[in-house]
Amino acid sequence: MEPTSHAFKANAHRALGDANLQRAMTMMRTGFPEKRAQAIARLPEFEALRDEGIAIKNHVIAHLDFYLERFEQNVVANGGKVHWCRTAQEARETVLALCRALDAKTVTKGKSMVGEEIAINDFLEKNGITPVETDLGEYIVQIRHEPPSHIIAPAVHLVKEQVADSFRATHTHLPHDRVLEEPRVMTDEARSVLRQKFLAADVGITGANFLIAETGSSIIVTNEGNGDLTQILPKAHIVLASLEKVVPTLEDASTMLRLLARSATGQEFSTYTTVSTGPRRATDTDGPGEYHVVILDNGRSALLGGEFQDMLRCIRCAACLNHCPVYGAIGGHAYGWVYSGPMGAVLTPTLIGIEEAGNLPNASTFCGRCESVCPMRIPLPKMMRQWREREFSKRLSPATQRWGLALWAFAAQRPALYRQVSALAARVLGFFGAGRGRFRALPLAGGWTDMRDMPAPEGKSFMTLWAERQRKTRRVS
Amino acid sequence: MSEARDQIFGDIRARLGRGRLDPAANAAAEERLNAHRRNLVPARAASLDHAGQVALFIAEAQAVDTTIARVANAGDVPGAVADFLSSQNLPARLVMTPDPKLDAIPWDARPMLELRRGRAEDSDAAGITGAFAAIAETGTLMLISGELTPTRNNFLPDTHIVVLRASEVVACYEDGWDRLRAAGAMPRTVNFITGPSRTGDIEQRLVLGAHGPRRLHIVLVDDAQSRE
Repeated sequence: MEPTSHAFKANAHRALGDANLQRAMTMMRTGFPEKRAQAIARLPEFEALRDEGIAIKNHVIAHLDFYLERFEQNVVANGGKVHWCRTAQEARETVLALCRALDAKTVTKGKSMVGEEIAINDFLEKNGITPVETDLGEYIVQIRHEPPSHIIAPAVHLVKEQVADSFRATHTHLPHDRVLEEPRVMTDEARSVLRQKFLAADVGITGANFLIAETGSSIIVTNEGNGDLTQILPKAHIVLASLEKVVPTLEDASTMLRLLARSATGQEFSTYTTVSTGPRRATDTDGPGEYHVVILDNGRSALLGGEFQDMLRCIRCAACLNHCPVYGAIGGHAYGWVYSGPMGAVLTPTLIGIEEAGNLPNASTFCGRCESVCPMRIPLPKMMRQWREREFSKRLSPATQRWGLALWAFAAQRPALYRQVSALAARVLGFFGAGRGRFRALPLAGGWTDMRDMPAPEGKSFMTLWAERQRKTRRVS
Repeated sequence: MSEARDQIFGDIRARLGRGRLDPAANAAAEERLNAHRRNLVPARAASLDHAGQVALFIAEAQAVDTTIARVANAGDVPGAVADFLSSQNLPARLVMTPDPKLDAIPWDARPMLELRRGRAEDSDAAGITGAFAAIAETGTLMLISGELTPTRNNFLPDTHIVVLRASEVVACYEDGWDRLRAAGAMPRTVNFITGPSRTGDIEQRLVLGAHGPRRLHIVLVDDAQSRE
């Protein structure tokens, strides 16, 4: 998709005024955090498991070439194939070539963020192949021609009336005046429409939550079972995965899985955790005839050894989105690309550039909840600050902001001047604001006073008060 | 694409500031890969005896909307299946995997159960399968694909009935992997199933039966091994 991250401010402004979105986000803000807290309270070992999960990921990152080679060897040993892709374009071409070789007309898809990242759906469609999203939320946004707004709950920005409207507009074979009020009824409708797609598909594409070096397997985690019907019914199963998804063993994957569902949806375990290894065996009576793993780099290897390396630990659980006050206020679309929330604010500039995505790391209050709930303890606020510093040093931030900061820095480095200026400002503002006690508007500070009042200083500056107090204490003693 | 492969591995090594792993580091990583060492396993299930694990399995499975009927022996399974189907007002027509584990069950005792052995089709409303193991920790079934256990039978029918022997209940996923490695080569598909299919994608309201089964019913057989 064409990024609109540069227009973050306008996007966010629109989101705040969107009544449906605001209704949907109110439901979202309480649901996920409560469920996560309950699940974690039930597992005394959760903190220790986090530490082990981090150690596994750090070990893999330091040995990434080794585990990727082993993964490939074991995929091949089980009759599958690995395709290495440096860029989104290479990945798209690879998938298209695989589909064409099978003469594919329709492709079913399990939800895949890498699929979103490489915009595979648009590409297949342009080349005459029909992709059908099968995760309910992903299907809803596909028929609405929208991107997902959340990495695990793609349609979390919608209310059910919007879903009903989209179903009425798309499922034209059904009576137009049917009752579509309950999520139960809508889910049943989507189920029967998509069941036929599953049975007719030539190729199934899924993502991967983990790749296992030991066995050459890919793991997907779903609640609906759509990822399973996607991969077992068609002629071929194509897995889209980024290269940091690899873990050494089934035991390591088990540790990561204990963290994933609890952090994501607050479930003890997702309904379906599926380990797929190669194509169907000679004696199997079902399963895909071919198994392909498309491994995407797309800028990730460049994060190794640098200040954003820890981002490669991310397991895409969305806990940081679910706990972020900014995400909770504006939803995912405002971020303007595939990844949103705190993880998106850090990852997006690495993938599409700070020039396009510079607004995202600035959209944070630095409250720190994202880091505190991240199962991989990724220092997201620190990384957002690093992006801000890079943006500043690359002279990408707005001129007024840069001059303001330069002016402040000039004064801050000269304490005597700083004290004089702040004492003067406190007196002047205190004088003019004495009547009301606050300002509704201030010159040069519209960005602040448009949304709220500025309290008027009530007297002297802190430094003045401190100096007076010191003098008083000295006199007493 | 081998050019892409070479560049990706070259970039990784360059960014990590080294060439290929030196022999010592390579051997250490190889050892780690082959040792299958367990990481921390929560005490929840691992600290219990087998009877406790079975009880935990039942409680965890029921907490995620799995229904369970516990029977004393294989002879009671057909009755339990028939009772479940009638309690749900479902027709007594089922597709059953040709899994030899299900052979010892005297299905003929309930001639009203109409059983078809084989691969599930879209038209099959209900199905019976066995299980490879069950994980007490989270009330999770572990099923594997094979000649006699097609994976689609776990997903296509709207009602999935699993005949599970109590001796198949283990504490944790790691126990399941040990059993799988002991059984031989990695199957094409390993399904961990924790409750019936569900979605919360419309206003976060829980709806069962999104694409997979809307009902998951386990008939748990207290076989001899588990009573010891």
